[in-house]
Amino acid sequence: MIEIDLELCKDCKLCISVCPHRLIESSDKMNQKGYYPAIFTEKHLKKEGRKCTGCSLCAIACPEIAIEVYRA
Amino acid sequence: MPKVLMRGNHVVAEAAVRAGCRFYFGYPITPQNEIPEYMSERLSNLEGGVFIQAESEVASIHMVIGASMAGGRAMTSSSGPGISLKQEGISFLSALELPAVIVNMSRGGPGLGNIAPSQSDYFQATRGGGHGDYRTIVLAPNSCQELANLAYEAFDLADKYRIPVIILGDGMLGQMMEPVELPPEVQIKKLPHKDWTLTGAKGRPSRFIRSLILDPIEEEEHNWKLMRKYERIIKEEVRWETSFADDAKLMVVAFGIAARIAKGAIKRMRDEGLKVGLIRPISLWPFPYKAIKELTKKVRHFFVFEMNMGQMLEDVKLALEGNGEVHFYGRPGGIILTPLEISRVISSYYYQKRLG
Amino acid sequence: MKKVFSRPKSLKKTPFHYCPGCGHSLLHRIIGEVIDEMNLQERIIGIPPAGCAVLAYFYFDIDMGEASHGRGAALATGMKRALPDRVVFTYQGDGDIAAIGIAETIHAAARGENFSTIFVNNGVYGMTGGQMAPTTILGQHTTTSPGGRKERRDGFPINLSEMLAVAKGSSYIERTAVNSPANILKTKKAIAKAFRVQLEGYGFSLVEVLSPCPTNWKMESVEACKWIDEVMAVHFPLGVLKDITGDKKDAH
Repeated sequence: MIEIDLELCKDCKLCISVCPHRLIESSDKMNQKGYYPAIFTEKHLKKEGRKCTGCSLCAIACPEIAIEVYRA
Repeated sequence: MPKVLMRGNHVVAEAAVRAGCRFYFGYPITPQNEIPEYMSERLSNLEGGVFIQAESEVASIHMVIGASMAGGRAMTSSSGPGISLKQEGISFLSALELPAVIVNMSRGGPGLGNIAPSQSDYFQATRGGGHGDYRTIVLAPNSCQELANLAYEAFDLADKYRIPVIILGDGMLGQMMEPVELPPEVQIKKLPHKDWTLTGAKGRPSRFIRSLILDPIEEEEHNWKLMRKYERIIKEEVRWETSFADDAKLMVVAFGIAARIAKGAIKRMRDEGLKVGLIRPISLWPFPYKAIKELTKKVRHFFVFEMNMGQMLEDVKLALEGNGEVHFYGRPGGIILTPLEISRVISSYYYQKRLG
Repeated sequence: MKKVFSRPKSLKKTPFHYCPGCGHSLLHRIIGEVIDEMNLQERIIGIPPAGCAVLAYFYFDIDMGEASHGRGAALATGMKRALPDRVVFTYQGDGDIAAIGIAETIHAAARGENFSTIFVNNGVYGMTGGQMAPTTILGQHTTTSPGGRKERRDGFPINLSEMLAVAKGSSYIERTAVNSPANILKTKKAIAKAFRVQLEGYGFSLVEVLSPCPTNWKMESVEACKWIDEVMAVHFPLGVLKDITGDKKDAH
């Protein structure tokens, strides 16, 4: 599972483009800097329901180090 | 202490090494080629000594910056055209508050000029040839012994004030051979510790050395900080020498090799009863404005003699603040007058002004 | 749940000022990870460029010393000769290293100076607004190559890494990119190798990294990353250009 720091995100969408399960999308709420940050669609799901494997491709692709990754 | 007969260029290099200089980065340019040649031999045979003949004068000043950031005593040398290339580096050294010694053995200019000695880099040295508000200490030796003494001291001054120091010599000083008493070797380990260097952040927080200060308020304060340092130097480090001044009716003002020639001329004139004296600035920055102004209590006439088209002349005029009369006699392009020749010019002026 | 990805310790917590999708941000993180993993924080000194990354010292928690535009290789030479047992690296853009600084770079490589250079190649002068750079390719639009870079008017781009591979003093030269997670990981390996090559005293090492500049290329980040694969890497092929270490694998 991942955590995205919404205030660091600059909406480059690289994480969205690399996630193999398409679990990230752009928010429709602006952050303090004026960007529409990326959000993790499985944020509110329980561990069992998540498809995220913690592959970290999103975190590797993120220029702002806005993503932290957790693995079971 | 025993004296050695040594060429000026070799003297400045040897004195630097004895002062603890272990990093020399330079480039060939006449009339100072003996400096890198000497350093290549001397530093290669010294533990911790680093000599690099760089690809340009630009590269060598930046190697000095790197070695200075790391805490070393570093030096470069060149002549007019090469010193022009170093100006950005000198501005950076000043802004970054890094110690360094830069030796200029001036030659005829402007442009490619020639390889004969001249003093036409006075403005370049003292008016900051680079960009921004900064000053460097500028020392002007007039003998091989003074080359040794001032080069040796330059490293202490540079470290003490975290400022680049320019030794403004000329081709004649660099090439002439005189008996010199060399200073003692400094023990590098006993030099004062520098608490600002870049050595890898071991056992301390990381630090950075930079001159880009985007916020105008901070940049202004940085400039004031530098200015306060320069005020301290102006108070403490002015150097000059006067000769035959007590009863002088005409004071010659000259620096470096021109002062040497002028002194010979003045001795001749004194033998013939002319009351001529000499004031010789040794630090061109900080310039001895006060010392020259003091003279106006007793002397009204000043004769500025330089091997250029009138550069120190402006500082003399500033010093006098309108008191007294200034006459200028300059020979650029590498013309070296003999004491006899200049004594004729000065005497002629002396009589013209009815001082005799 | 175990945290498997987080911010490197050798980076300060300051958010980057770089544009969205900028290669500098990725490279700063990559270098931070390498410094962490190789335990170099206390013995490494970096030299930032004049360019967008001029403020790199606000991000890296290591000793750093400013160089004037292009002169990083000369500073690194002086610094490494003074401190031979530290790791010294320059971080330079394409204008810094291949225009104004090309003499210093080539000579440092020729002399075999034992420092590492990270060459960030984004084909433009970013900080000053997108002017033509030595690595701008023919046909590429920049603010000083209207209509695209033209052979007659603007001349050809420079393949610096190939030139440096010829220099006898260079020991390891590789070109990578940061336009995909796979390439990002390859870049990380290359930088780690460059530092290792320095630690083992082989001589000059350089990693050229093809890096997106979405703002000055006037593209979205994802598009910029594609452009690197489809266009830029054709002129600046990825791969190892020189390696005298004889390593079979390139991991650290």
